[in-house]
Amino acid sequence: MKKTLASQLDSINEYEREPVPEHQLKGLKSFIGMYAGEHTAGTEFVIGPLFVVHGVSASDLFLGLLVGNLLAVLSWAFLCAPIAVKVRLTLYYQLEKICGRYLVSGYNIVNALMFCFLAGSMIAVAATAVGIPFNIAMPGLKDLYPTSIGWMVTVFFVGSVITLVAILGYEQISKFANICAPWMILVFIAAAFAVMPQLGITSVDSFWEVAQTRIWNGVPVAGFSKFTFWHVTFFAWFANMAMHIGMGDLSILRYARKWQYGFASTTGMFIGHVMAWIASGILVAAASGEVTPGPIAYNSAGIAGAICVMIAGWTTANPTIYRAGLAIQSIVPMVKRWKVTMVVGLVTTIAALFPALVMRLLDFVALYGLVLMPMGAIIFIDYYIIPKIGLRSNYAEVAKTPFNVAAGLTWLVTLLLCLSLNFYQGVEIFFLGLPGWFIAATLYIIISKLYQQKAIQQQEVKVSAKSL
Amino acid sequence: MQAILKIISYIGLLLTVVPSFLVFSGAMELSFHKTLMLIGTLLWFFTAPFWMNKQKPSESKV
Repeated sequence: MKKTLASQLDSINEYEREPVPEHQLKGLKSFIGMYAGEHTAGTEFVIGPLFVVHGVSASDLFLGLLVGNLLAVLSWAFLCAPIAVKVRLTLYYQLEKICGRYLVSGYNIVNALMFCFLAGSMIAVAATAVGIPFNIAMPGLKDLYPTSIGWMVTVFFVGSVITLVAILGYEQISKFANICAPWMILVFIAAAFAVMPQLGITSVDSFWEVAQTRIWNGVPVAGFSKFTFWHVTFFAWFANMAMHIGMGDLSILRYARKWQYGFASTTGMFIGHVMAWIASGILVAAASGEVTPGPIAYNSAGIAGAICVMIAGWTTANPTIYRAGLAIQSIVPMVKRWKVTMVVGLVTTIAALFPALVMRLLDFVALYGLVLMPMGAIIFIDYYIIPKIGLRSNYAEVAKTPFNVAAGLTWLVTLLLCLSLNFYQGVEIFFLGLPGWFIAATLYIIISKLYQQKAIQQQEVKVSAKSL
Repeated sequence: MQAILKIISYIGLLLTVVPSFLVFSGAMELSFHKTLMLIGTLLWFFTAPFWMNKQKPSESKV
């Protein structure tokens, strides 16, 4: 029985080290469902409330969400999708060709850890809903460590189920997300509408006044910084920076028939992020400032609301664990993906025990995008610019080197410069992604020019020495 | 059969969202809306998996 299951799982081919064949390409519907499901997620129940906690005003929120999410869609459509449909490789295999095996292994470890933490926060969100019928004490806004045994048991249970679904592969994840997406979106809308009368909103006309005074009143909770239009815009744009500008979704969009499927992210950004962040902000105001996702959804939509939080956590955690599994699998290609995913799921579940991951989610999401972004810039430049200036794309593969120094230095120096901007100039982490991308792009061109010429010269010297 | 399942699924979605508009307009109590939402949720999840994701044979070919 055990052998049969293992052999069945072994046979799930996800094309980790080869281009996706044409007969495996998926239609637009699959991506619309995937993006809508993935971005109408458990974490939206945290991000919306945290905007309220950070005292963003109503006008800043609405305008910032519009601009930021539009920029995010454009980033998917014009940066990530065109490369994904041309190379049809996973992010990790593409990076291996450019950076070499050693460097990409380092990157993959960092990447997988980030994915684990992100998926961990989603598991924690789902657990806040699962714990409701058992009356488990939920962590509060200022809790950083596990608060009770009941909380830990709930997190382990939720983590195990989510890991099992992730092991079954992309096909299953996509199907699960497709079924959940339309229902989840409606639950968010319904929950917000149902509690509006509690806040004094009884007509469309009264919405804006209450929104400005009772929901997004512009006053941060004590101990939290004040957010402006720029914070909301850049957060909305870069919340998924690792996926679009950082090219993480090469692994997903490689299944797309056309690059235009990158616009499918519109469902995720506008139905998911915009609508869900606004709705969850309203729920927090109706719950008198309570920010724990499970209880605020239960308060407004009953058992269906709690189920929604749980499923919203799952649909996001699943593809995130799947991506983390791919990241680690590219380091140890001889180990089957399902075994790797199982270990990743365990690490993720342990991370989920810590409520800090949820309560400091905005900072973590910004950091996660920033750390992975330079490699996205490297892929972009390597694909479009490097061949045009007489250098070699996929240099590590061509030169058969396990470590592309140009890529390694670009990644390291970009992060050091961004961190120094944060530490010494006081630039908030939400704003570092944009200058960081240009720093990475410029550095990669300059260092490649120096490094590739030097490497070619050294090779020529070796060849001439041999011929002598 | 699939058509019937689809109709039930859509009724489930309607039951999930419409009652909230009635609460908003003052025509329904919050607690009743929660019950209807749960019924809608169950209808959706017990019927949608049978017709969603059923790929047409031509869809997987370019």
